Amino acid sequence: MDALLFMIFAAIAVICGINLVVQTHPISSALSLVGVMGALAALYLLLGGEFIAAAQLVVYAGAIMVLFVFVIMLLNAGTEKKMTVRPLGKYLGAPFLLLFFGMIAYMIQRILPASSPVVFGAFQGGTALEIGRSLFTVYLLPFEVTSVLILIAILGAIVLARKEVD
Amino acid sequence: MPLGPLPAAVPPSWYLTLSAILFALGVLGFLLRRNIITVFMSIELMLNAVNLSFITFSYVLKRNDGHIFSFFVMVVAAAEAAVGLAIILTVFKNRQTLEIDEVSSLKN
Amino acid sequence: MNYYLLSLIKTAIVVGIFMHVLAYLQWIERKVIAHVQLRVGPRRVGPHGLLQPLADVIKLVTKEDILPSHVNKVFYFMAPFIAVTFALISIAIIPFGPEITVAGVRTNMGLTDLNIGVLFILGISGLGVYGVALAGWASNNKYALMGGLRSSAQMISYELPMALALAAPLLILNTLSLREIANGQAGYYLGFIPRWSIFQMPFPQIFSFILFLIAGFAETNRVPFDLPEAENELVAGFHVEYASMKFASFFMAEYANMVTVSCIATLLFLGGWHPIFPEKYFSGLIPVLIFAASAVLCFVHAANPARPFDKITLPVFGVLFLGLAGLFLLPPIQFILLPLFWFSAKVLIILFVFIWVRATLPRFRYDQLMRFAWTFMFPVALINLFITALLVALFP
Repeated sequence: MDALLFMIFAAIAVICGINLVVQTHPISSALSLVGVMGALAALYLLLGGEFIAAAQLVVYAGAIMVLFVFVIMLLNAGTEKKMTVRPLGKYLGAPFLLLFFGMIAYMIQRILPASSPVVFGAFQGGTALEIGRSLFTVYLLPFEVTSVLILIAILGAIVLARKEVD
Repeated sequence: MPLGPLPAAVPPSWYLTLSAILFALGVLGFLLRRNIITVFMSIELMLNAVNLSFITFSYVLKRNDGHIFSFFVMVVAAAEAAVGLAIILTVFKNRQTLEIDEVSSLKN
Repeated sequence: MNYYLLSLIKTAIVVGIFMHVLAYLQWIERKVIAHVQLRVGPRRVGPHGLLQPLADVIKLVTKEDILPSHVNKVFYFMAPFIAVTFALISIAIIPFGPEITVAGVRTNMGLTDLNIGVLFILGISGLGVYGVALAGWASNNKYALMGGLRSSAQMISYELPMALALAAPLLILNTLSLREIANGQAGYYLGFIPRWSIFQMPFPQIFSFILFLIAGFAETNRVPFDLPEAENELVAGFHVEYASMKFASFFMAEYANMVTVSCIATLLFLGGWHPIFPEKYFSGLIPVLIFAASAVLCFVHAANPARPFDKITLPVFGVLFLGLAGLFLLPPIQFILLPLFWFSAKVLIILFVFIWVRATLPRFRYDQLMRFAWTFMFPVALINLFITALLVALFP
């Protein structure tokens, strides 16, 4: 059952990823990215990361991607013109990249010590209780620093997006 | 990778392979597309692939530090998306275009 | 019993009841608004208009489904699906009652329970924005696009005070699972004050409740925050280009969102299925008294009715209410019916408040709405969270 669920969500993630790269209109790419994030949230649940799965849905799919969709709709970004790629890039580039990452994947398989298969429920450290405990004791300084980072981002976005007052 | 009938559960290296495939797709999108927003979305795809990697290793090592890192990656991605999209809006207001090849007045 | 078979049976029951509740919620709304405005409401289709939802469904299904030629077909078809799916999916984790044993099968009343239940609800309401935004975009119509973008911006702006208002009682209850939240509100202070979140020491969460309800009004696009929808009457809204069944999907999604918000408010603030005073003071007789009083009212009005056909229908309703009152006195099913009664009563009271406000208040202008969210609700929610956290830390 775990393998079947992994296959389904991995297939959804890869198909949506390919769709993101291939589609001409940005809004189709944005919705494919939302599909990738949904599939990844299900995979995080299989790996025992329930808080991170919920955070992925709330923050990434529910806020950041909505921001992307808004900007695409406001700017009325149309489809891109067909670009002239040199044949070297088109016929050698993509296969080489996939070959390169295939080699990395193979080396990962060889180097990683044999560990038990991923079973849903085997890792119980991803609950909100455990994450909260780590976040507020061991990782307290990065937590406070990210709050300052978000404040800076808010100020930057407001300054960049306001109308010029003459 | 074992061939034959599907196992009842999947080794964690399969998750890492999926993460590598998604990262490769993100790099492809980043290098081949010309619309600024699509390039930005490919960056987000790369960040998501890295998050999957973090969570997988957190499962293998039985610690939840990977989850915390993943959480911080999400926060930083949110801040970056906000500021980046504000910059894109400003560029669009000034140049009336969203193609990265046409925003090259510093070149040559 | 097999887990999958049990889940299938529970899903069939819950979905069936939920669909009927959505249909009759529209009847309740039309009747209540009519009586507030001193008129009668639907009364021709069936006794007191009770078959009006059926007539509406038949009308919507048999209307011609127009597909305009200038829309983006993929997103045009996808948008109502997304809206309805994310609106209906929240019913899966809402618990309706405690654990019961029926015919030898022990099960929880409710489809399932996640231990990140509250976060799941927040995520689903965040994803529901896509249905509205895509509907506006796909219609290829500048009024629809502006209506869709305004509605989505409103939903996103009010998600923030909603989440902060939800976080305050969670500090006291210490769990994210909806079933444990409801169970944490069992018991009574001083023997008779219920330990609901709005009465709970160290800080009664009455402000969080009000903030959550206001944010819930805005999330579901109800009056006084329904300008993106009322543009339907003025100029256009995001569902101007949608015909029969797809239009019905958007309205079903809105009512389902309303029911979800009411259920979450009941579970988090009003104690879920726990009665208002202890059983030893005969709180099990409250439903019996309510239904018996309704039966008596029906019989009294049947003596000199306002309309001639009421000579027949009102006594029938009176007998039905007496039957319901009798059901609550039977011990074998009392343990199922009583928690359901208290949960439904609280949800229906909140839904009545939704409908009452719609009949009474005028609507906000769009910039007043956004200013209200960002300059008033967000700081108040933050201050409420700070005070709760301070009091919880000082008096654990």
